Amino acid sequence: MTEMSSLELLLTAVIALVALATVFGVILGYAAVTFKVEGNPLAEQIDALLPQTQCGNCGYPGCKPYAQAIVDGEAINKCPPGGQATIDALANLLDVPAPELDAEHGEEAEVKSVAYIREDECIGCTKCIQACPVDAILGAAKLMHTVIADECTGCDLCVEPCPVDCIDMLPIPQTVSDWHWQTPLTPAQRFASNNPSHHSNANLIASDRGLDDSKDHAA
Amino acid sequence: MSKVWDIHGGIHPAENKQQSLTGPLQTVALPKTLVLPLSQHIGAPATPVVSVGDKVLKGQLIAAAKGFVSAPVHASSSGVVSAIEERAVPHASGMQAPCIVIETDGLERWAEHNAAANYRNKTAAELVAIIRDAGITGLGGAGFPSAVKLQPRQSIDTLIINATECEPYITADDQLMRQRSADILIGIDILAHILGDPERVLIGIEDNKPEAQEALAKALANKPVSEHAPPIEVVEFPTKYPSGGEKQLVQILTGEEVPSGKLPADLGIVCQNIGTTHAIYRAVCHGEPLVSRITTVTGKACSTPGNFEVLIGTPVAHLLEQAGFNEALCPQLVMGGPMMGFALPSTAVPIVKATNCLLATTAQESPAPPPAQACIRCGHCAEACPANLLPQQLYWHAQSKNYERLEAHHLGDCIECGACSYVCPSSIPLVQYYRAAKGEIRLINEEKQQSDRARIRFERHQARIEQEEKDKAAKREARKLAAEAAKAKREADAKTGAANTAADTPSASTEKSTTDLDIVQAAMARVAANKASPQDQRKRFERAIETTAARLAKAEKDLEAFTKDENAELNKEQLAQREQQRASVEQARLRHQEAKNKLAALDNEQSSEQSSEQSPDQKTQPESPTDSDDEPELDRAATAIARAQKNAAQLALMTPEQKLQKQRDSLEKRLGKARTRLAQAESEGSEQLEAFAKAVSSLNEKINATNLELASLTQTSEPANKPAQQSEETR
Repeated sequence: MTEMSSLELLLTAVIALVALATVFGVILGYAAVTFKVEGNPLAEQIDALLPQTQCGNCGYPGCKPYAQAIVDGEAINKCPPGGQATIDALANLLDVPAPELDAEHGEEAEVKSVAYIREDECIGCTKCIQACPVDAILGAAKLMHTVIADECTGCDLCVEPCPVDCIDMLPIPQTVSDWHWQTPLTPAQRFASNNPSHHSNANLIASDRGLDDSKDHAA
Repeated sequence: MSKVWDIHGGIHPAENKQQSLTGPLQTVALPKTLVLPLSQHIGAPATPVVSVGDKVLKGQLIAAAKGFVSAPVHASSSGVVSAIEERAVPHASGMQAPCIVIETDGLERWAEHNAAANYRNKTAAELVAIIRDAGITGLGGAGFPSAVKLQPRQSIDTLIINATECEPYITADDQLMRQRSADILIGIDILAHILGDPERVLIGIEDNKPEAQEALAKALANKPVSEHAPPIEVVEFPTKYPSGGEKQLVQILTGEEVPSGKLPADLGIVCQNIGTTHAIYRAVCHGEPLVSRITTVTGKACSTPGNFEVLIGTPVAHLLEQAGFNEALCPQLVMGGPMMGFALPSTAVPIVKATNCLLATTAQESPAPPPAQACIRCGHCAEACPANLLPQQLYWHAQSKNYERLEAHHLGDCIECGACSYVCPSSIPLVQYYRAAKGEIRLINEEKQQSDRARIRFERHQARIEQEEKDKAAKREARKLAAEAAKAKREADAKTGAANTAADTPSASTEKSTTDLDIVQAAMARVAANKASPQDQRKRFERAIETTAARLAKAEKDLEAFTKDENAELNKEQLAQREQQRASVEQARLRHQEAKNKLAALDNEQSSEQSSEQSPDQKTQPESPTDSDDEPELDRAATAIARAQKNAAQLALMTPEQKLQKQRDSLEKRLGKARTRLAQAESEGSEQLEAFAKAVSSLNEKINATNLELASLTQTSEPANKPAQQSEETR
């Protein structure tokens, strides 16, 4: 075998590199076309965290536009219905510090509410129907309207357009079926709240400890 | 004796079962009122089928099951429905829930009920229907509708009867087994038949109930041997809390662990409480729905504790009275056992299907717990947990509300038995944290579902609005085109009004392309009209008034319709549109007014016998000298000459290009005129038809030539002033 000249060596290397580049270029190009992600996945992830009240308190016409705006650099603390929980979740997703809720856009409601139309007073103007972002109001022109309470997100967008002011936002009453136990207060909290009734429920099970004393009686 | 397995963890609290086992099973005097909550089970609340004032009999259906996982409610005694309203119910929340209240009449009259003659001849589906209609739910405490559990999709090889009353103080099942073991065995046979006679039937019982075991053994020995029935085995195992948990008992008796998120049915096992078994016996063999149960009333605050067969719906106060309850001694009344029970807010609540115990302990018996201390990570809770969870990890995550981590640590598998709280040296109410966290997680999941639904509804709403907008825009466009066409037609009509050439002009002008030719033609028509007799003119103006009036009316109507519409739609675009509509009404009104004025002027002129015309139209009419053919009026000729002179002066100042243009324009005008004449000739059948036709064609040729010349010239110059000039001239 004759020795390869330095030119040949160089050529071989260049050809090999070009060949590799071409192969990987083709693979990458193919992948870019085949596995193209439709839409913006981040906006969808953010949208999934928003409460979907579609209230527009954030200044955008719905949760999805706000999600898109967040992707484009909008602040994450403009959603009063979601409250601090939503802000925290968004901060977690976007890996940014969680700010306080921007009071300019409203306050987090303590209790969720649902729109209620006083049906005697409704004149059937259909204005609230057009205002409802989730089509939760039923009715027709000159006929009484009513709210499908299960579908109402409590955004209160229908209250303002009503010309006869017959829509109320009523807090949803808690029932036995949606009640759940509260986290027990720590001793410090209990002291601060000065509410002894809370602990009677909370420590019921621990009260079993007292049963040991009556062991002799039982036996 | 078959082998038993052990479960992880567990505790051995003081049993305190003797107090309530001193006497036999007692009956309770009929209470004056019965309060029957519509939701005494897990699942959808029942729907009332009676109304206030109805007379009901014992065992009559008063509220029907709603949905698959639900259970009906029956009247526990005869009487009158006095109210269907919110009442305090036995629930940890202390809240009110809908109840049916019955004032009893003391007669205890039964509604008609039929016993199934021989349940072995009935199909499983029929028996399940009987059990469902009898409103039977798990009597062990959870209250899950039994019929649902008896319709497993999997094939069942083991039936387990839960006779493990593992909580301290409670002896209701023990008492039941001692006194009604024969009935229980029939109930087990019914269950076995429903489940297609599984290979084995196990009754799991703790070794602290020897009397009950004995009673069961005796009944088993006396039981007639049936050919189908599988062998029933009573399995005894060491007492430990919480062996009575379903998954725990399955593990003790079979050695198999029910995986997280699965049911015993997935392992081919069905587990039923022994009290439920007895209720099933009553329902099938006596036709009696679930109207009563056995409840333990115990604790040192009761002077005569014991087990009572009590009607469902009996107020707690009434039952406590029978047991010699001393309210002063009892700081806290508990429904259920001491481990998993909950404090009752008042004694007005009723006994429900799941009430196995009323615990009235004194302050000395169950003193207030010491305040919770910090977790010292001793790990006792993890050792005690029967579900193999890590209670302290759950505690930390529950405190920090880290629900994701909680779910990763299988919070859902926690049976809330309280063993961890019991062993905690720091007295931390661990289970309360888990219950709260479970509630939160459930709430979050519900909200998530709701928001998903809202999102879908919002997206569909948006899509619909968009589609509507699109449709509206398309309609608007169509309307606009139609209006333009109509406008052009009307204008042409008005202009050619008097001219007899009206026949073909409209069709020409309705063609959207308003070519120069058309404009010229229109101009020609106008001139012709001007030349027409005063009568014709008058006619023309009158027609103009008519058409403008009609247009005005139409525009007003449109506007009105739009304002009505506007109730429905209100956005900027539509507002603008409405404004436009208003403007067009205004315009129509002005035109109408103008036409009237013109008519009035004409009348004036005629009355003053002035023959010369002062139509404003005519003054602006640019007429080249060539156009003014035989004009009889002297004034007219004079003006024409003046105009021609002016034109000539202009022409001198013009560029060759403009000159050419002007030339072409005038040619076109002439062509228009020629055409009009031709048409006239045609309609009149004139002999000069040929001549007219020739004139038109030659004019056409000339125009073409001029156009060509113009095109070659305009290539270098700006065309911007061309249309402006043209329109100026044609006006």
